[in-house]
Amino acid sequence: MGKHVRRYVMGAMIVAAVMLTAGLVVAQEGVPPTPAPASPAPALKVDTGDTAWMLTSSALVLAMIMPGLALFYGGLVRSKNVLGTITHSLVILCVVSLIWVLWGYSLAFGPDVGGFIGNLEWFGLSGVGGEPHAVYGPTIPHQVFMLFQLMFAAITPALITGAFAERMKFSALLLFSALWVTLIYCPMAHWIWGQGWLAKMGALDFAGGAVVHISSGWAALACALVLGRRQGYGTAQMVPHNLPMTLLGAGLLWFGWFGFNAGSALGANALAASAFLATHTAAAAGGVSWMVAEWLHRGKPTSLGIASGAVAGLATVTPAAGFVGLFSALFIGLAAGAACYGAVVWKSRLGYDDSLDVVGIHGVGGVLGILAAGLLASKAINAAGADGLFFGNPGQFGVQLLTAGVSVVFAFLGTLMILKLVDWTVGLRVAADEEERGLDISQHEERAYSQM
Amino acid sequence: MKKIDAIIKPFKLEEVKDALTELGVYGMTVSEVRGFGRQKGHKEAYRGTEYTIEFVPKTKIEVVVSDAMADKVIETIIRTAKTGSIGDGKIFMSNLEGVVRIRTGESGDRAL
Repeated sequence: MGKHVRRYVMGAMIVAAVMLTAGLVVAQEGVPPTPAPASPAPALKVDTGDTAWMLTSSALVLAMIMPGLALFYGGLVRSKNVLGTITHSLVILCVVSLIWVLWGYSLAFGPDVGGFIGNLEWFGLSGVGGEPHAVYGPTIPHQVFMLFQLMFAAITPALITGAFAERMKFSALLLFSALWVTLIYCPMAHWIWGQGWLAKMGALDFAGGAVVHISSGWAALACALVLGRRQGYGTAQMVPHNLPMTLLGAGLLWFGWFGFNAGSALGANALAASAFLATHTAAAAGGVSWMVAEWLHRGKPTSLGIASGAVAGLATVTPAAGFVGLFSALFIGLAAGAACYGAVVWKSRLGYDDSLDVVGIHGVGGVLGILAAGLLASKAINAAGADGLFFGNPGQFGVQLLTAGVSVVFAFLGTLMILKLVDWTVGLRVAADEEERGLDISQHEERAYSQM
Repeated sequence: MKKIDAIIKPFKLEEVKDALTELGVYGMTVSEVRGFGRQKGHKEAYRGTEYTIEFVPKTKIEVVVSDAMADKVIETIIRTAKTGSIGDGKIFMSNLEGVVRIRTGESGDRAL
């Protein structure tokens, strides 16, 4: 025990030293090689290159959900729950896609109602066609922007499923996800991306640190608390049944994240390249940082740790990807890997069963990323963005603090209410004997791995 | 006839099999098994949470040989499967009532 504490302290010191060095470098960072050109009054004309990239990016984000996240989570559960877990991502993709084209897109991005929500003028994509929209990508068809955003809306509730893995009733999952996207995701997307009140205050969230990661991460905490622990938590061997599957999923997440972040430039341009670079750098730094922290703390570097660190780096850099330069991204990745490792270790001491660590990685990473954007954003990287605290604009950090705080509270409390509602109506949790047999057999009458 | 069940360390399987084949053992059945003896378990850690895995993966070899060969087979398994450290495994020997080859219906030593 004493040895472990010593290792932990040593690890923390080394990580802190690395971060400090990176921070100093960041503060001295000069003008980036290719600042994105400031765009004057945008001409509404479809550009084929931009459109091709955005269609590709939309498909890349799809790959993050199915099969990326599905496999990432699928490998982490026990073999009796692997199909149930993969099916969560699959069915959420289907259900949210339908909600999005019917009313979700209109609520999130439709004409503003008091800064809080979009109205239903664009119900069923009415008026959302081939012409570009002045704000949502002046060089791509409006429908392409809608499709790109559809994938974001679908992955966010899928991320939450890691918190209640191995014990959620399937019917409850469907109802919960439909309500959650409508009541939590759409308003949050509207506030920050759909010209809502946080957008008007100048909140920076390039690709979804608050809208995707804080919302899913803090909703996940509500889920873990309300559903309670899995049977046998703390005594039974709840070890991942297939880590190669998880690592394959991690690779696909990393791959798809280029669509997620670089695609959020809404065009095939220098800003997309800069976001791509920041994304990749943070992922790499996150993997190394988690590996070093775990190695020093526990004595062995693990494959799951490196993959988790890369995902933590990706999640954390998401809100900042289009506003920060190389060294800022490196710093963000290093901070993310060590901080999320700490959060995940801390969780097991607190004793709540966030089964696949959605809070520790997305909740913590999301907050860290939103705040990092407030520190490290630079107009030299993205003229349409803002300068952060380190670039002489402390006010931005205040806006980011508010954005993170409001997002955490809204996602957590809103999710609590939805969970109560679903519990009263269809019931959240499978029966004890169903949980014991596993979701695959009890919910679907299927088995992943045949004996024959 | 004797039936010999040997629980060994998985990485020793090839060596044991080669030595037994050389000795004139014609067939064997192997399976991946889990269990514990005095070695008890080992530790695994996922995202910083440590688990003690009590059932350690082992390989079980089943061979059936004539009475005359039994001692030599056991000696050979000991010689090839031994590392000297804890967890090398155990050998169980028992008398066997009979053997039948399904294809021909032959029985006894001829069926081995």
